[in-house]
Order: sequence, then C-alpha cells, then structure tokens
Amino acid sequence: MHDLIALTPLGAHKPRSDHHGGVSLIEITDVALASVAARLGREADAAALVAKITGIEAPAAARASDCAFWMGPDQWMIEASFETQEDLAQQLAAQVNGAASVTEQTDAWCRFDLKGDRLADVFERLCNADLKRFTGGEAVRTAIEHLGCFLICRSPGHVSVIGPRSSAGSLHHALLTAMKSAL
Amino acid sequence: MTQKNRLQGGLIDRGQSYTFRFDGKKMTGHAGDTLASALLANGVRLMGRSFKYHRPRGPLTAGSEEPNAIVELREGARQEPNTRATTAELFDGLVAKSQNRWPSLAFDALSVNDRLSSFFAAGFYYKTFMWPAAFWEKLYEPMIRRAAGLGSLSLQNDPDSYDKGFLHCDLLITGAGPSGLAAALTAGESGLQVILADEDFVIGGRLNAETFSLGDSLGSDWAAQTVARLRSMPNVRVMPRTTVLGAFDHGIYGAVERVSDHLAVPEADKPRQILWRIYSKRSLLTAGALERPIAFENNDRPGIMLASAMRAYANRWAATPAQRVAIFTNNDDGHRTAADLHAKGVKIAAVIDTRPGQPISIDYEILHGEIIDTAGRLGLRRITVRLASGETREIECGALGVSGGWNPNVSLTCHQRSRPAWDENIAAFIPGGDLPSGMTVAGAARGVFSTHGALTDGAEAAARIAADLGQTATKPELPKAEDAPIQITPFWHVKDAKRAWVDQQNDVTAKDVKLAHQENFVSVEHLKRYTTLGMATDQGKTSNMAGLAIMAEIAGKSIPEVGTTMYRPPYTPAAMGVLAGRSRGKDFRPVRKTPSHVWAEEQGAVFVEVGNWLRAQWFPRKGETTWRESVDREVLQTRKSVGICDVTTLGKIDVQGTDAAAFLNRIYCNGFAKLAVGRTRYGLMLREDGIAMDDGTAARLADDHFVVTTTTANAVSVYRHMEFVRQCLFPDMDVQLISTTEAWAQFSVAGPNARKLLQKVVDAEFDISNEGFPFMACGEITVCGGLRARLFRISFSGELAYEIAVPTRYGDALIRRLMREGQEFDVVAYGTEALGVMRIEKGHAAGNELNGTTTALNLGMGRMVSQAKDSIGTVLSRREGLNDADALKLVGFKPVDPSKKVPAGAHLMTIGDPVNAAHDQGYVTSACYSPNLGHHIAIGYLKSGDQRLGEVVRLISPLTGFDHEVEVVSAHFVDPEGERLRA
Amino acid sequence: MIINHPLLGPRDAAEFVYKGDAALIHRPDGMAPDALESFIEYGYLRDNPAGEHRELWFHEQGDRSWLVVSRNTLTHEITSVELARDVARREGRSK
Repeated sequence: MHDLIALTPLGAHKPRSDHHGGVSLIEITDVALASVAARLGREADAAALVAKITGIEAPAAARASDCAFWMGPDQWMIEASFETQEDLAQQLAAQVNGAASVTEQTDAWCRFDLKGDRLADVFERLCNADLKRFTGGEAVRTAIEHLGCFLICRSPGHVSVIGPRSSAGSLHHALLTAMKSAL
Repeated sequence: MTQKNRLQGGLIDRGQSYTFRFDGKKMTGHAGDTLASALLANGVRLMGRSFKYHRPRGPLTAGSEEPNAIVELREGARQEPNTRATTAELFDGLVAKSQNRWPSLAFDALSVNDRLSSFFAAGFYYKTFMWPAAFWEKLYEPMIRRAAGLGSLSLQNDPDSYDKGFLHCDLLITGAGPSGLAAALTAGESGLQVILADEDFVIGGRLNAETFSLGDSLGSDWAAQTVARLRSMPNVRVMPRTTVLGAFDHGIYGAVERVSDHLAVPEADKPRQILWRIYSKRSLLTAGALERPIAFENNDRPGIMLASAMRAYANRWAATPAQRVAIFTNNDDGHRTAADLHAKGVKIAAVIDTRPGQPISIDYEILHGEIIDTAGRLGLRRITVRLASGETREIECGALGVSGGWNPNVSLTCHQRSRPAWDENIAAFIPGGDLPSGMTVAGAARGVFSTHGALTDGAEAAARIAADLGQTATKPELPKAEDAPIQITPFWHVKDAKRAWVDQQNDVTAKDVKLAHQENFVSVEHLKRYTTLGMATDQGKTSNMAGLAIMAEIAGKSIPEVGTTMYRPPYTPAAMGVLAGRSRGKDFRPVRKTPSHVWAEEQGAVFVEVGNWLRAQWFPRKGETTWRESVDREVLQTRKSVGICDVTTLGKIDVQGTDAAAFLNRIYCNGFAKLAVGRTRYGLMLREDGIAMDDGTAARLADDHFVVTTTTANAVSVYRHMEFVRQCLFPDMDVQLISTTEAWAQFSVAGPNARKLLQKVVDAEFDISNEGFPFMACGEITVCGGLRARLFRISFSGELAYEIAVPTRYGDALIRRLMREGQEFDVVAYGTEALGVMRIEKGHAAGNELNGTTTALNLGMGRMVSQAKDSIGTVLSRREGLNDADALKLVGFKPVDPSKKVPAGAHLMTIGDPVNAAHDQGYVTSACYSPNLGHHIAIGYLKSGDQRLGEVVRLISPLTGFDHEVEVVSAHFVDPEGERLRA
Repeated sequence: MIINHPLLGPRDAAEFVYKGDAALIHRPDGMAPDALESFIEYGYLRDNPAGEHRELWFHEQGDRSWLVVSRNTLTHEITSVELARDVARREGRSK
C-alpha cells in the first residue's frame, strides 16, 4: 500500500460541501471512473460488456444508468466505488477481451452533486440543459461557464455535475454563485 | 416641491411615497411611478437637451420608445448614462441628472448650436469637416464629441453582477397587453410551456393606460386578475421587466430581465440583470403598436408629447404635464385623450383635428385645422393654429398631445431580414413575409387595433399554435371590449415649416429629409445614413414613418414604393455588463490549476497564465531580488544536479485500437508503425497544407495502446483534428481516442541526478537503470509502495530526464515526496521560465517556432517527413513555395558583443544590405539569458541558415531600438551531441 | 442556431466548432502520381455557395461527433444533419 495522501480537486484533504436556499452542493471524490469505447465492429459486444459490468443495459445516447453513462457513440463511462475499485480501469481492461478500449478517467474529472427541490432554478443560470424536463437517467454533456461538463440526473432532486478537474475551483465558484443568485 | 400636477386615481401606490432628486432638486413621487411620471407630477416638463442642437426637450412618450427624456441615473459607480426616464422605475432615494447640458438644463451654453443650425443640417459631418484632414483628429472630432449629447460614464468598475441564463418553452409571447394576455391564457390552458415576457413592470400594456372596461371590470383590473391566473399555472412563466431584445435563428430569442433596477442596490448575491437565451418552439409577437407624432414647426417643446402618452400619464400615473392642454390629431384616438384628461379635471384648451367634420363636444372646443407654430422655450406656453378657414388662432396651453396614428410595433419581425409591408387601411407598416422561423404576430402588432380585436386575435393565434404543437386548445372566455373601427386620414407634417422635428433623438427635421432628397440620397437606406434619421438608440420607433412619408411626398411616390428601413437587435439598448454576464475580471474565463498548485503557492511561486492554466513561472527564494536570479539558479541547479517541473499542462490523448499505430502514421509526418512497445518517439504533426501544427511524443504502452502528448496550447485543437481524421477521413480505422490530460499529474525530473532521485520513489521491482530503461523508454510502473504510475524517459531540457505521471489526486503528495527525497541532491523546483531557458539552450522548438507559418523544412526536420506514407500534410509540404532554395532554417544566434541582448521578434539583415522588408533575412523567435554560457542567446529563422553558421548578421528591432551584430550558430547551445540525455 | 443532432436532438450551435465544407471528407490519395494537383484542389479550391451548403461541425461541448450539416447560408435553414462518420462511409471512405 502506498503512503501518498490524495488531495481533492479543490485542493483540500476533505471534500467540500455548501448549502444554500435548500440546495446542497457536495464535492464527490469517492468514485472511480473508467471509459469504455467499443472497438470497430465490436459495438454490440462492448454494450453487452457494459451491461454485464453494471448489471443493467448499457445506457442509450444521453442517458445514464446507476453506474454508467453515455459519453458518445459507442462509448460509456463506468462509475464505481473508489475505495474498493480504485483500479477500475485495470479491472475492466482485464474483462474486455478485445471488444473495447478502456481508459482510466478517475482523476480527469471533478464532481459536484447538487441536491434539492429547486435545481432547475439553479441550472437555468448555468447551462442550456432543460432540467425542468429531467425525470432521472439523463446524461447531458454541455458547457457551464465555458467548461465542458456532464450533467447526470440521478433523480429530479439530485444532479451530478462532472467537469474538468483542473478547473474545479472555477466550476465550484460558478455553481455556488448560481445557487446564491437563483435561490 | 409639491406634486402640483398629480391627478386623482391611477395605478400608483399613494401610501408609499418616495423621495428622489433630479438635477439636485428634491421631489416626491410614489411607488408605481416612473421617473418621468414623477417629474411631470412635480411640474417638471424639461428633462433633457437634444443631441445636436441642445434643444430643450421633455418626454415624447411614456415608454421605451422615448427619444428625448434621456438621463443619467444614479450616482457613483452605479451611474448609468442614457437611461430613459419614461421606463426608469422610481425608488426611494433615486438620483438622476439631465445630460447634454452645461452648466444647467435651463441655461445651456452649447445651445448656441441651435442658432447655428444651418451649418449642422443633414450631412454636415461630411461637408464641413472635410479639410484639412489633420484637423479632424485634433479639432473637429473632440469638438463634436464634447458637444454631442451622450451621457458620461462613471469610469469606475460596475459594482453589480449580471447573470446569463437559458430558458426553454413551447411558446414565447412577447408583450403582455390584451392580445398577449389572451394568448397566454389560451396557450397556458392548453398545456403548452409558455413564457410571457413584457418590458413593463406592470403587466397589461395599454390596458393600464386606458379607462374603458373589459366586461364588468376596468381594463387594468382584468389585466391584474389575468396575471394572477397565469401565475397560478405551473406551465406559464410570467416575466415582467423583461425586454425581448432580439429574434435569432431557429426560435432563439435574447431577453434582458431587469431584476434589481427598481431597487437602490441589488439584494446581496443577486444580479442586477439577467440575459436570457430563450429556446422556443414557437413565438407570438404581441408587442402592440406605437403612436407616431406629426411634424410641425417647433413641435419639440417640453410639454408636447404623444396623445397616448399624455393619456397614459393621466390614467396610469395620475400625472399631467400641465393643467391646461391641447390635442392635435388626425384620427379618432386623439379624442380619447381629450375625453380622459377632461374627466380627470384637466382643462382642454382645444382639440385640433386635421380632418373636417368632427362631432362637436359640449366639454371643449374641437377645431378643424393644423398647428403652425408653438412658443415657450423651456416649456410649452402657446400654440398657433391655422384653421381650415384660413384664420389663425393662438391658444394658451402648457402641454399638447399629438396623435398621428399608430404603427404596429414590428421591430422583432425584422431581425431575420423580413421587411414590413404597407397596409393602406391603417396607413402603417405591418409585419411582412418571411418572419423569423416559428414567429406569429397578433393584435395591434399586426394592425388589429381595437381591444376586442386584440383579445380575439391573440387567443386565436395561440389556439392555432397549440393545435400545431399537438395540443387541443380550449379558448378561454374573453371579456367584452371596445371594438371601434380605425378612423384615420394620413397626415404626416404641416407644410412649409422651417424646423419641424421628425427624429427628435437625432435632431432630424423635415427639411433635412428634403435636403437629402435634393442631394440625391433617394434610397431609403441612404436617407437614413445621410440624415441619421432613425439611427439613434430608439432606432426611430417614433420617427421613421414620418421621414418615409415626407420622402415619398417629395419623390412623388407612394410610401410602399419608397420602402422602409429595418430594425435590428437589440430592441432597446442593453448594458454592456449584461452581455458579459459573469465573465469579467478574474472570472473572465475559467482557471486551470496544476496538481502541484497548492504546493507551489506554499513555496511562494510566481504564477503565469498559459492559456487558462496557471503555471509556476519561477520559485523565488529568500534574498533573490530579481526574477533572473531565481531563474538562473533553477537552470544551473537542474543542469548541475536535478530539478522538478510540473508538466501536467501538456495535452495527453489516449489512443487505442488495433489500428492505433496506423492512425498515428496518418497524423504524424514521421513514421510510427514500427515503434516498439515500451518506447517513445518524437512526432511532428502537420496541417494538411504542409505547415507544422504541433509536436509532442507518442509512447507505446502496448501494441494497441499509445499515449500521445501535445503542446499545452494546442491540446484542444489537436484532439479535434484527430477526431476529424478518425471520423471523417478514415471512418473504418479501429481507433479510439480520449483525453487524459487532467487524469494524470506529470512531473519532469531532469538533471544528472534525476535517476538517483527517481530510484528513491520508484518501487524496487522496476529497473530504471540506463540499460533497463534507456533514453526514450516508457512504461507502466508503481511508486511509493504500489501506486500506479507511468514513466517516460524524455527530455525537453537536454538533461538526463524523465517524466513521471501519477493519478492527479496524488500529484501534490508526489512532488512533496520528490522534493523531500531530493534534499540530498539539493533538488530545485523550476518554473516555466527555467523550462524555457533550458529548451532554448538545447535548441528545442516550441510555440514560438511552430507559429503557424513554418514547415518541417524550416524547423530543420525536413527529412523527418516520410515520403513513403500518406500522412496529413505530406503532399502539400512538397509545394514549390515551401521548398525555396533559400528557405528559412532554424538556427541559433549569439551576440558578437556578449553584453548585448538578442530580443525575440527582432529581424535579421545581411550586413551592408539596406534595412527594409525586401532584404529581410529572417527573425528571432525565442531568446533568453543563458546562465550556462553567461550571455544572451536566441534561436530563430534565417534564410539558408544551416549554410551560414559562423556568419555575422545584423539584428534589427526598430521598435525597441536594437541594432547590433549577432553570430549565426547551431541552435544546440548545450550538449549538441546529446550525451547528457542518454547518460 | 439549433443543430438537430442525429443522436441527441436539437442542440445549440454554440456547443459546436465549425470547420467548413463537407467536401473535406474527400481527401485525395496522397500516394497517387497526381497527388500534388489533387491536394491543391482539395485544400484551396472550394465552392462558397450562397444557398445550400454541406458543412462539417464538431460537437466539442457535447459528444465529440463530427456532423455533416446541410445549411442554407442565406437563411440558415438546416435541412439535414448526419454523423460525418456515416457520410464518410457512405461516400466511400471505408478502407
């Protein structure tokens, strides 16, 4: 076991949490991510593999399941517990059998979860996704204050924003500012 | 001052009194007032000076189309020039100043312009200030700027914040008068997602300005009840104080919501305004109609306003510009104003109608005639009427309501190039064909002027839209309303006037229009530009029509033959701040921080912006007083022992697939197919036109797996290019791409002790000896007891060097560990400056050399371009022009006098040649002080440079005053044989 | 503008990066004897129609698909949107 201490994307030892106007904004750091992209001609096999790993059908375009979301044509992001599956990418790579390319993505991203009743009011100040129509299971990639982000709707009152890790500070600032502005 | 012109009734809240100041004078108004209505109630008619002639002016309108009553609102940093008093909501403590006057509004020194008006007629800029040319910048322009009527800026930072936002709807309704409200009810009840936007702070449009009833209730009450009903529908969003500024492609609209402009200061954390981008499936324009004035002699005196505005001030705001008023009209609507003001106890001096045979009123005199002059310099005192009989009469009055008919408010219909069409029945332009996609127009905005007509038209339009979108519309029950037919005889201007104002904001008279025609500016677009008619901030909403009519009359054409100009976004002026949103100051763009940022801050690093990245530029130590001291130390210590630099910012792209190698063979001009697993290779990417695009390395981690690096600046564009090649050019290659730039914290560990240092953190089972891990090796390893990592033996500095990568979250811990373990070697952290110095010393090209104009040949890598394969850019790099015999070549330069600098950007000349572009021999791209050599060095491009080593050339930088001699040398100043990096 | 993405539905054009004429898909064979002439044509001699135009757009702030968008350059009307990869295959870019 190595002895290096991790920093959060915001540069601290503990994830940050903020609360305003009935919405909570929580930095999530305990999720491992790996992308799975189908090899040419193996698209169905790759989708089947995602289904096998996650226990549910591979998400369709712009959709998310409990632990996977669609990134692009024939490409998915798998989510797992960091604590037990920090080596997610290696684990997956061992299973793909030439059907897919796997890439570690855990630390490419920062993630902030917003929970509350009035998320649509917050997100309409941030991006063009129409949160009023979200019912859960949507996975939209769009820009928030110039940053390319995934919006994963876990349920109508729970949205994950997954954005570029190096800009975690700017993204967090944008999210918190919008919360204070809208709520 | 008392509110001497305050009437009974109105929609103001008399229980709520506000104190405000105008030009320093304290006055009182009420909640629900605008600045203009409060001023009128206080007996103030004079509110500003005109733009060109400094003519005293009062409000012409009661809305956003206002040309005259333009003021500076608020004080200090929040001071906002050119604000319309007619739309500024009154709040307690409001402070406003009139603008374009000096020293005071009543006495303005520059009103001398008015006496000199014959010099300032249409086109005066073009005629008067032509000669001599030098006078323009020094004399004329400053003079005109001082005289011209723009408000002043505070020159302080705007203390408020602005949001941008995004809204989605099935139907956007713009304008919440009778037709907009009826449409919103219909669409709302049919289940559509509806946005109802109105620029006013009270919803209802003209319903709030009129006295007639809708069904059993007053129009304003019906509006209030309807708004309450709409607000109770979850699918309807009612947005007062929201101006739809523009209609853009495919149903996108821009709108500004004034969240806090009615407050002295926005609430904490709340924006002043929001710029909304509205995505609509359909839109309905119900923006109503705007009354138009009639041009006559001296028709711009304070107190002369549109009759509908006078009626609105009386009915909605219980304010009148004077206690004795007259009306001048060419249609029935003007008579309504007389009736309403009479009912409020205002004395009607006379109604002058241009049409014969108007019914007699028992309450006031109705005359058939026209107004030929007015008197009262700072406020109307008297009008002169020429009766149809030829008799002239002077009538005392403090205000005059003018009605020249109504123009449908077609502005937004024009934003996608639709031209309005002429409707003879109402003598006005109505929306033309080819409206912005998805737009329908209803009510007065398309010439349906009666209230009944507007209600029905709005409801029916909404019902059709609902049906079109697949919803069954239930038409709401609409109240009974007036349904008067339109009775108008077009009358645009009183003939033979000397100065009849057509465009009051830009001071254009009927005579100017005639002059333009006389000088052959006969196209309506030329008329506009020559006279500036309609070019002010109001876009001529109250003036274009009369201008066109006068033009038509002179040209002997019909109005539709003359045509009309178009409106453009924004519908009304918008603050710059709201267009910027949150993107200003330090939030102008997102910041990217490196994994070692926290640590570098602790070290007191100086940071530099590289794209969005903040990188450590150097790490000053105690006692170092200049940046050079720090950088020199970092360079020398790295070359002497070992240095560490965060290089995470370089782009990293994961390339996998059975065709990964074949793919790299396409995108790099040099070969990659035969690169062995565990090896790294330098790669040069060309654009298809043969110019160098980017360079980096590709490390082969497995047969079907590469990690490609790009320069920091080009990470995004290279990834885009690679996806283009993959998806568009070679769609059946088995290759998958994903960026991993942020996933890995990557550090360069460079210097003779680099290996020794790394051996202390790399786990023992990995052999990184020179034999086990030679120059250009790569591999997946573990560090610090099992953490997955990647190691690349590559060197930008020219030293024995590695780049080591760990998952980003551990980057901070790794650099701390390396610095601690490196103490025995006196390890240094180095920043981008030292990085730059070392790469120049080594002669490595970077962004300055790959500058978008240079080829592989220029870079000295001509032979790297493989002719044995078809890679991007290979073919066009063979173009003749890129292969001149004396092509630029990358070489080094050192000053003949070692004390001299060799600045980047300087040009090179052959000694003895004239100094001009024709004899240019090349230029310096990168330069620095080399602490290893003890003098300045540079690299750059020189014609046939590789043939000229040892030659002394002249270095010229006329801008910075450099002119001395440099010797042409190899670009590799340090370790030209490359022994160090293989050590 | 709104681009009706074949997989994602209507998306704001602001999410895309524009490249240019979709004819860029038809990259000539660089190993052919007349490669230089055909590449000069490919690289520099393109139509600039006032009207219907097939263009390449990259969904940079989205799913990273290259799209072929048929757009009227006068009215901005978009008549068809396809994945560029499908177009490329259909038009003979399969190896």
